[in-house]
Amino acid sequence: MSFKAKLLVERIDWVVVISYLVLALIGIACIYSVEHRSTDATFFIMKNNYMKQIMFFGVSLVLALIIILMDSKVFTSIPFLGYAIGFIFLLLALTPLGKGVKGSHSWLNLGYFSFQPGELMKLFTSLTIAKFLTLQDTNFATLKHRLICAAFAIVPLVIIVLQNETGLALVYLSFFLAMYREGLPNIVLIIGFSILILTMATLLIPKTILFYILSGLAVIILYTERKQLRRRKEILFVVAGIWFIGVLFSQVLVPFAFKSVLKPYQVQRIYTMIGQETPEEYTGGGVDPKKQNASEYNVSQSKIAIASGGFFGKGFLNGTQTQYNWVPEQRTDFIFCTIGEQFGFFGSSILVLLYMFLLIRIVNIAERQRSQFTRIYAYCVAGILFFHLAINVGMTVGLAPVIGIPLPLISYGGTSLVIFTILLFILVRLDADRQMVLR
Amino acid sequence: MADFTQNRNVFIKILFVAVPVLIIIRLLFLQVFDIGGYKEAALGQAVYIKKVHPPRGIIYDRKNQVLMNNSIVYDLVVEPKKITNDFDTLFLCKLINVPIEDFRYQLKKVINKNGWQKPSSLYKNLSPSSVARLQENLYDFSGIDLIEHAERNYNFGCGGTILGYINEVSESQLKNEKYFEYQKGDYIGINGLESYYEEVLKGIPGVQYLLRDVKQRIQGPYKEGKLDSAATPGKAMQLYLDADLQKLTEKMMANKLGSAVAIDPQTGGILAFANGPSFDPTLLTGSNKGANLSKMLNDATKPLFIRAIQAKYPPGSTFKPLTALVALDEQVITADYGFPCGGGYYTCGRRIGCTHSGGGHARNLAYAIANSCNAYFCHVFRLAIDAKQYDNVHVGLQRWSQYMNSFGLGHPMGVDIPHESGGSIPDSNYFNKVYKGNWNSCNMAIIGMGQGEIELTPIQMANAMCIIANKGYYYIPHFVKAIDADSNHPMLKKYHEKKVVARIADSSFEYVRAGMQAVVDQGTGKIAKMDDVVVCAKTGTAQNERMINGQKVKLQNHSMFVAFAPRDNPKIAVAVCIENAGYGATWAGPIASLMIEQYLKDSIREKRKYLVKRMEDAKIIPNYTYILDSLDKQNAKLKAARKNRSADSIARENFLKDSLARRKDSIKADYVFRKIYNY
Repeated sequence: MSFKAKLLVERIDWVVVISYLVLALIGIACIYSVEHRSTDATFFIMKNNYMKQIMFFGVSLVLALIIILMDSKVFTSIPFLGYAIGFIFLLLALTPLGKGVKGSHSWLNLGYFSFQPGELMKLFTSLTIAKFLTLQDTNFATLKHRLICAAFAIVPLVIIVLQNETGLALVYLSFFLAMYREGLPNIVLIIGFSILILTMATLLIPKTILFYILSGLAVIILYTERKQLRRRKEILFVVAGIWFIGVLFSQVLVPFAFKSVLKPYQVQRIYTMIGQETPEEYTGGGVDPKKQNASEYNVSQSKIAIASGGFFGKGFLNGTQTQYNWVPEQRTDFIFCTIGEQFGFFGSSILVLLYMFLLIRIVNIAERQRSQFTRIYAYCVAGILFFHLAINVGMTVGLAPVIGIPLPLISYGGTSLVIFTILLFILVRLDADRQMVLR
Repeated sequence: MADFTQNRNVFIKILFVAVPVLIIIRLLFLQVFDIGGYKEAALGQAVYIKKVHPPRGIIYDRKNQVLMNNSIVYDLVVEPKKITNDFDTLFLCKLINVPIEDFRYQLKKVINKNGWQKPSSLYKNLSPSSVARLQENLYDFSGIDLIEHAERNYNFGCGGTILGYINEVSESQLKNEKYFEYQKGDYIGINGLESYYEEVLKGIPGVQYLLRDVKQRIQGPYKEGKLDSAATPGKAMQLYLDADLQKLTEKMMANKLGSAVAIDPQTGGILAFANGPSFDPTLLTGSNKGANLSKMLNDATKPLFIRAIQAKYPPGSTFKPLTALVALDEQVITADYGFPCGGGYYTCGRRIGCTHSGGGHARNLAYAIANSCNAYFCHVFRLAIDAKQYDNVHVGLQRWSQYMNSFGLGHPMGVDIPHESGGSIPDSNYFNKVYKGNWNSCNMAIIGMGQGEIELTPIQMANAMCIIANKGYYYIPHFVKAIDADSNHPMLKKYHEKKVVARIADSSFEYVRAGMQAVVDQGTGKIAKMDDVVVCAKTGTAQNERMINGQKVKLQNHSMFVAFAPRDNPKIAVAVCIENAGYGATWAGPIASLMIEQYLKDSIREKRKYLVKRMEDAKIIPNYTYILDSLDKQNAKLKAARKNRSADSIARENFLKDSLARRKDSIKADYVFRKIYNY
């Protein structure tokens, strides 16, 4: 067969690999720029985070090499087992074996190191969804199989919400992108969009007024459609049903979600993002005013740092805001500020374009696959990357709520870097065997 | 899979492009167009603009001795939360030489006051040896730091009222537009030269741009210090003041109420300027400055009251030369004019006493001055204001007050330290008010002998001597000779202006000067006689009356002495006033004469050293000073109580009234006892 004629090295998609290397190195440089002091005698200060990140990068490269050298069939055979193991880890994190970090219980302590099973689960969920959809018995057109597929994403999401790590949990919504590509009907998206608009309206418009607006809309629709109505009585039921769901959603479900599901500070962050004050009923009297200000403070400091970069930035290691800890969590969630400040609009746009380029590249890779498994897996990876990018950069520039997820490959953090490495290199490995039909 | 999903990758690609583009547009607005003004916020946050305080100008005396300079003092500042377990308190206490119990107590106090987090100063103004020891070992102590700040040194231990002092600029000053250049923590001159020449002395602050982190810790210079500017020190000033003379004068003014001023008549430069009771100016520095100041402000003897320019005294007989000058210039008398004084002046229907009787002690002007005949000068004053050429006493008095104004009396002269008062010279309007238009020269005859409605400040008296010494002109008395070696500095312009007085003929001055020489040679001022210098002087014993509870109470006389020397080419003019000290010749005279001797000879003759000692040791502060002071304070309380009247305050007022009446009696008693037992 023709693919055997080519060497593995030739079959690897070097564009993705180089993009990966560039982003990871940018990440190390950014963390270095945060921690570097002009008084430092040497670059090799082991207690500094950039040295740790270099270590993680080394580990990641080793893992990447192992993945490339593995048989790609492995990845199609492990998903369900992996998902089960990951799931157990996920549950273990909720037990006393888990380690509480800043109020979240998403960490699992394994003696020598600790990691977030939720991060690992992203990998297994991607593989599992890809595997499930490519099973002989699966028919994605049926509601049953659609629900099962959605459950693969939703169940870990719920558990991670229980672990108090909402940001990470929300990443699991990105799997719907792959499902959409595989034929999830448009109606689901329309409903999703409607829910989003209704949620926004619920946040922005007082409950009672929203009730009148919805009722008014229903009456107007019924009035304009009155001729049709005489002939087809079911329109009445459809409109009444939509009206009922809308009212139910805005009057009951959103308030319930805000009161009981989301933490007061998360509600507050959502309101902060849309520039509204949090209504008292959602603060539950339990919001720590310091925390309340903290998320506003983080965003405004982040915006200050990015804006101060100007067009070309202040230059590498010349950041005044990011070097002196003005921006909280700037090594992890707010790492984008260091680019914004030091390299300005020029540098940060290039970085965003680099991500965009990588995303498009992954979509192109997905579309050139013969193997449906690889394609679905590729869309899962693209979805995760996209979600991280949009939310992380969005929150640093004030476009998205502060939900605390890392910028892929750049933010400081071992688990995150390793998982993204594995995600990408499994894709690269699978893509290398694209001439083979995998099941 | 079904074909209808094939185009969905296009939608996904559109999404993958749209969101990054949205982010880039947002970045464009944030970073390039700076919507929201975040850039400015960044500068304000991370770049700390540090003001570099310049050293204030150094002040030299006339012999280029440093009167006042700066020193750096160190405070021990502690940041309690940074103190670690291995903190060696005992060692630290040894280094700074304080008992360990005190250190613990102070530490507890500042933690209670400022909290655990904030750095607070534990010990202020550490001694240089402690600083040296601590600086070597500072790295051993985490949470301990030495903070430097500037302090002014009064090198001669004198001149507190002249130099003033510096303080941190106050909240109310910061609100005032006048002080817009100042920031919290800046120092500003208060009182004296420090205040008047603030503009000159303060210098131009430098600016350092520093980077700081989120915990406000300084991390280093911003842009390698390219934007920084150095501080320009305040300009140096040279004074006319003679530090040695000033020191001697202040010593002699210790424990006395009053003032002694010496002026160089040829320039108007002030050579000495002492106010009694004199105080140690180091009280105006250091950590106890605030407490010292409030103590001095509340002191009954009012050491911060700059008597030389603020206190108004009836000049007494020291005014007589001026009365004579006016009369001579108005040609109502000649130098040979005599008055048959028999121990009093009776013309106005009441007796105005004279210490001499008969013997022709007022046979001419010189004799009258030398013997200080009251009757003579009351009469001469009346002659002057009743002069024929004005045919009306109203016009005559107006003319007289014009003379006085040209002598620099009746208004602040413009000395270069703040809070100068003007004394008072009555004009016809004043008497019209008092006597409802119905008055004549008899009502005010005693003005001629320096009593009654006129009041002069000591510096005005000294300036009057300058006029006589110069034969008709003076310069506004002032302290500063040159600013930064430039004697033509704009701030000094008005002091170069020669003030010519009423164009009085030289001969008139000569007659008066002859009289004043006679005062020293054979009259009341013999104490001032010098072997080889002709001294002209005039003694004065000013009657001291005070309104107490609506009644005039006579208190102990003020002792006055004015002089200038040498008669030809005069170099120094002096006015000394000692409150409640009796005859001018007993206290004010010796002080003035010693000042003249010190200045002209640069030392005091051995045989007069005893006199210096006597002056220094004498305490002339009558008990009623304290009683009067508490009376004033009670009156002030009474006024405040009246302002805020209530049933309660009326009861209190009645009580105060009673106690005031009792006090009045005690003052009378004190005065009587003083007279009888002469204590």
